[in-house]
Amino acid sequence: MIEATSTSRRKFLQQIGYISVGFPLLTSCIGEPDPVIATRVDYEGSLPGSMRGAKTVNAWLQVLEDGSIRVLSGKVELGQGIRTAIRQVAAEELDMELDMVEVQLAETGLTPDEGYTAGSGSVPNSAMSVRYAAATARQKLLELAGEKLKTSFDDLILFNGSIKAKKSGDSLTFAEVLNGAQIDMEVTTPVKIKSKTEHRYVGKAVPRTDIEKMVRGEQVYVQDLRFPGMVHARVLRPPGYKSQLVKVDEAGLATTVSGVIKTVVNGSFVGVITEKEYQAVKAERYLREHTEWEDNTSFPEQKELYNHIRSIAEPSSNVKNEGDVTAAFQGNSTVKATFRKPYLKHASMGPACGVAMYDGDVLHIWSHSQGIYPMRNAISAMLGMEVDKIHIVGVPGAGCYGHSTADDAAADAALLAMELPGKHVRVQWSRTDEHTWDPYGSAMIMEVEASLDADGKITGWKSDVWTDSHSCRPNGDAGTLLDARYITNPVQMKSRGYLAGGHRNADPYYAIPNMQVNAHFFDGPLRVSSLRSLGAYTTIFAIECLMDELAEKAGKDPLDFRIAHLTDERAVAVIQKLREMTAQVTLADGEGLGYAFSRYKNTAAYAAVAARVAVDKATGKVAVKKMWAAVDVGEVINVDGLTNQLEGGMIQAASWTLMEEVRFKDKEITSADWNTYPIFRYPDIPEVEVALIDRPDLPAEGGGEVSMPPSGAAIANAVYRASGTRVYELPIGVRKV
Amino acid sequence: MPEFTLDINGAQKTVETEPDTPLLYVLRNDLAINGPKFGCGLSQCGACMVLLDGRATTSCMLSVSSIGNTEITTLEGLVDDNAKLHVVQEAFVKEQAAQCGYCLNGMVMAAVDLLNKNPRPDDAAIREALQFNLCRCGTHARVVKAVKRAAKTH
Ligand code: FES
Ligand code: FES
Repeated sequence: MIEATSTSRRKFLQQIGYISVGFPLLTSCIGEPDPVIATRVDYEGSLPGSMRGAKTVNAWLQVLEDGSIRVLSGKVELGQGIRTAIRQVAAEELDMELDMVEVQLAETGLTPDEGYTAGSGSVPNSAMSVRYAAATARQKLLELAGEKLKTSFDDLILFNGSIKAKKSGDSLTFAEVLNGAQIDMEVTTPVKIKSKTEHRYVGKAVPRTDIEKMVRGEQVYVQDLRFPGMVHARVLRPPGYKSQLVKVDEAGLATTVSGVIKTVVNGSFVGVITEKEYQAVKAERYLREHTEWEDNTSFPEQKELYNHIRSIAEPSSNVKNEGDVTAAFQGNSTVKATFRKPYLKHASMGPACGVAMYDGDVLHIWSHSQGIYPMRNAISAMLGMEVDKIHIVGVPGAGCYGHSTADDAAADAALLAMELPGKHVRVQWSRTDEHTWDPYGSAMIMEVEASLDADGKITGWKSDVWTDSHSCRPNGDAGTLLDARYITNPVQMKSRGYLAGGHRNADPYYAIPNMQVNAHFFDGPLRVSSLRSLGAYTTIFAIECLMDELAEKAGKDPLDFRIAHLTDERAVAVIQKLREMTAQVTLADGEGLGYAFSRYKNTAAYAAVAARVAVDKATGKVAVKKMWAAVDVGEVINVDGLTNQLEGGMIQAASWTLMEEVRFKDKEITSADWNTYPIFRYPDIPEVEVALIDRPDLPAEGGGEVSMPPSGAAIANAVYRASGTRVYELPIGVRKV
Repeated sequence: MPEFTLDINGAQKTVETEPDTPLLYVLRNDLAINGPKFGCGLSQCGACMVLLDGRATTSCMLSVSSIGNTEITTLEGLVDDNAKLHVVQEAFVKEQAAQCGYCLNGMVMAAVDLLNKNPRPDDAAIREALQFNLCRCGTHARVVKAVKRAAKTH
């Protein structure tokens, strides 16, 4: 079941007032020894950013009538398993069984506004907010129970939804303790949290429960929503980014396609609503052949892309300048190289989908958006509708790996639902639209130069990055939504979005006395936004390939050379771990082993990745045989969930590195389906192995993006070992080796 | 609109729809079956796979009028009458072989078809049998493990 949309079997206490519900656990426990309760320690660090707008316990957690807990998170499930991680953390602090905790993910008006589910931020923000809220709730529940049971704090045991006085044996469920109320106190430090050495769930491989729902074909995705009387729609996307509708001739539509309810033309936005879904597919096809457009879109020549990028870049801006790079380069030998990465697609397996219904007062939207609150602001601006008249329910879609098309499909559904009040309108995107209208990961260039002294130490480093924006996510500016750019009185995006994402990790994490980073921003030909790890995939590709060249020039082992430039023992530890993992590898003829390291954002999780590749001497074909990752995310919440993300990250990055490139010609994006934008298939998949270094006492960082940046460089470095050819331009494909 | 009677998961179901409607739309919309997914509609990704007379087949470009009395099995139909999962489904749960899980239907279908033909496939045979099925989350390595696990218990 989609928990976000079903009415839960459990009702909020607040809505029903006091109910006395006997709780079976303690009854059944009579005669059994009391459970041993873990010790608590004071947490005095900072509270997560997500708590700034949601300070109280009840914003994050509510007690239900049967004493179980509902946790509220403003994040959405993207396949990263966040629901399970949050459940683990709450159950841990409240000493409950996992199935006593249900997790309500993003819904406006119900869950906290946590912005976007992005940047590997779900664990550090949402899960940690839940930890501190649950820990605060525990203290408060004990305090209240002490008063009611007329006993001291030390006499109480809180376990699995009840609190029991040891001496008298009397007990109360959480619901009885609260007597119809919720805990509305603010969470403040110090918070008494469970000692991490005594964790039952956190740090363990707790299986996700949604996978069984998936294999049974239960309702999981926004695509699976069905409402009584729901109608279907398709939007006719223009032929190019800059197209304007001249004429639409729908005279013959109703006689050609049955079930047409309405064609909606609003400026250059054309949508069609039908009774059944396939009718909408046919109607869209009909309209495509019966519209005229004026089209000023024009793309540069594909082979000129990187020259074009340089030609349109703004004057460079300096983002880091330490020491004196120019002086460091003088009198030392330097190594210099230029690396290029093409536009990449999110390429979700499930094209975007949105459902909306306008009930005459409130517009309801079901969406797999990564940020329902920010999207609500954008839709409000586009429709000129009050924010509190828009209600959005977050429902999982297929994995999206950054800001893709979910918000645009929700906007489509919103525009069409406003034209047909009282009906649920479901908009499904086609594969071609998903591929051609996706906001891609920017094409990038990175020039790097470094100097070595006589002892083989790097004395200076200079990075120059050419990049477009790395986040054009929805916000209060309507122009962040595709549709707003085509309706009557169109608006374009006002800002350039998050440009700084482009030079993420452009300054090496190594101890180098003189360092300079310059960014050259451009407003490129293709639509862009955030793709998993933003600019770091490219910047680390460049840095770690150059590190390999530098190591070779210095006559050093590539891992030793990296370690010699690191002062952070956690960084050294993942590299040492990786060395151990690959120590027994034997290479066949034509094979090579390559390494790379990065600390994501230079402030978050650590990853060292190795790749073993085989290069076919005759054809130049590169095959990635195996990849290893040694990773430190600080405190691990779910071992298996994290491992799954890291494995998937390596495989996805290997696919980017070897074969992916968005292609375009004249006015058209020609990478329009899976044949014209091939990604890895089973025969291409490397074996993957992950080792985690768990540090329970350090902050928990997210792992969703961490294995991606070093993966590209590790493969390129392995290709060099196997073939003697250095890779400077992605994808590696066949032609470059 | 014409009627079509289909043999789905061991039951006869009649639907009223236009003859050119692809089977996928009939399953998902007329019969409220969630297993097969819309991934491309171009027979390129495998998300929409069902078993037709036991063979894993994409359903997104196959018109309902062409089905006749072919036996159709969907993901839901692999579960037995006692709600017990098929060994392949069970193995996917055990190996936690999903991230977003959108591709999972096709993977399970292709794996069931494979094990029916070759009960003890090696790595290469599994990869070959699943090569039509795309996964963007990179869950492939776990899926291969799941298929191996299923083969052992088959
Ligand atoms: S949806 Fe049928 S193969 Fe992709
Ligand atoms: S698990 Fe997401 S596409 Fe395969």
